[in-house]
Amino acid sequence: MSRVRLIVLQVLVAAIAVVLWYVLSTYKVFGKILLPPFFFSNPVDVASQIVDWFVSGVIWKHLWVTLEESILAFVLGSFGGVAVGFWFARQPRTAAVFDPYVKMVNALPRVVLAPIFTLWLGLGIWSKVALGVTLVFFIVFFNVYQGVKEVSPTVLANARMLGMSERQLMRHVYWPSALSWMFSSLHTSVGFAVVGAVVGEYLGSAAGLGYLIQQAEGVFDVAGVFAGMFVLAAFVIVIDTIVTLIERRLLVWRPLASDARP
Amino acid sequence: MAASATAKPIPASAVALSGVSIAFRLTGGGSYTAVERTTLTVADGEFVAIVGPTGCGKSTLLNIAAGLIAPSSGRVDIFGTALTTLNRQAGYLFQADALFPWKTALDNVAIGLETAGVLSSEARARAQTWVARVGLSSFGDRYPHMLSGGQRKRVGLAQVLIRDPKILLMDEPFGPLDAQTRQIMGNLLLDLWSADRKAVLFVTHDLEEAIALSDRVVIMSAGPAARVIGDWKVPLARPRDIGEIKLDHAFHELHRDIWHMLKAEVIKGYALTEGA
Repeated sequence: MSRVRLIVLQVLVAAIAVVLWYVLSTYKVFGKILLPPFFFSNPVDVASQIVDWFVSGVIWKHLWVTLEESILAFVLGSFGGVAVGFWFARQPRTAAVFDPYVKMVNALPRVVLAPIFTLWLGLGIWSKVALGVTLVFFIVFFNVYQGVKEVSPTVLANARMLGMSERQLMRHVYWPSALSWMFSSLHTSVGFAVVGAVVGEYLGSAAGLGYLIQQAEGVFDVAGVFAGMFVLAAFVIVIDTIVTLIERRLLVWRPLASDARP
Repeated sequence: MAASATAKPIPASAVALSGVSIAFRLTGGGSYTAVERTTLTVADGEFVAIVGPTGCGKSTLLNIAAGLIAPSSGRVDIFGTALTTLNRQAGYLFQADALFPWKTALDNVAIGLETAGVLSSEARARAQTWVARVGLSSFGDRYPHMLSGGQRKRVGLAQVLIRDPKILLMDEPFGPLDAQTRQIMGNLLLDLWSADRKAVLFVTHDLEEAIALSDRVVIMSAGPAARVIGDWKVPLARPRDIGEIKLDHAFHELHRDIWHMLKAEVIKGYALTEGA
């Protein structure tokens, strides 16, 4: 399938969905409106709400807050994950001691932590960052841990025979290996950073996309809820595209699945 | 055995294994003796090939000479000094892929110098000449996954040789390659080796390859408790061409004699692994 054709088909899917939504929420079918506007709004209202946000400029503040929280959560969570992942992988005894607790905390649904973080850190951005960190940390941690442990023994033996000191091993072998594992989960961890931020905002905040959606919901403004969702979706797609570009740049040494040699 | 009488290492030997045994502890209890009281010397500048059936502990012996594992008993001397840590005078070419996948071919070659404290710019310049010597001048910026198996081995060879080790340890380095590529790589190896004649310990299961390359062929018995059971001089003239030397009459006679001994061990080795 050519690129142009693909894009045309992708746009077509969106167009059909929007048209269906519009028709079913505006015109009666068999004497009944299938998508009552009270519950489903309609594309025109939602679009005008989005345009309104951007024209008046209200949305930028909220987008910025969510972006800020996501970035902070991602950076802090990644730092923690890399540090602890390295530490545990190089100190199997420590890892064994902490193992049940790591599993326990990881099994916990993070949403239940949100009220505690709000209590501790207030309604500002830090309670959202904290929620995002708890999500990002574990993904990065598990990947880095795996990455350090799964360095090929042959590559390691080779590195030692080539005269690498412990520090050089870190820099030339463990670090790149761990990073490659971390980057392979980049999409997931960035996604979770956004989830943490938005869910945190939704549960109690004064700004951000989650706040916007929650506010609209509070006054039964369904158009506002949908508008918030669409902006959020677009926001995530933009971030994901940036992540893909970064990934391509950093992992050039990796074989693509399509041109892998047997 | 006559060999045990020469337990005292000769100072000139690049590698001297004396009465070396290796036993691995099994997880279910007990232990497995891979190699038993083996004595083997490689003189400086000598090319020695170790041939033996699969699973006879040839690679284990190489790892001991490299200092990657310590023998359960016996001693290892490198140029007359007992080996207690990693063998800093040896370069090791592994059987499996050992290149750093996140470095380009050039950086893979340069790294061996950088670890030794050579400035990065100089290391890369010297790596460039080595990449050219193994015939990959236009492939320096490729990552290992973009290279063929033979090209990766060339990079590996350059990676090891750029450090100018006194001893070269090779563990079936051309094992995974096809017959033609093996021949080309063998000739390349002999070509590079003849420039400064390092001591080489070359492990292979291919007797033809062993005879064609080396000055001495050492035969090991089937494991467990493998030992050296034969030691043959290869009186073929150098420089050699691996393709042509296999047509030589002397080559054939030697091959026949050694194979006669090796065959029995191969069959024994099979019986053991199949029976287990």
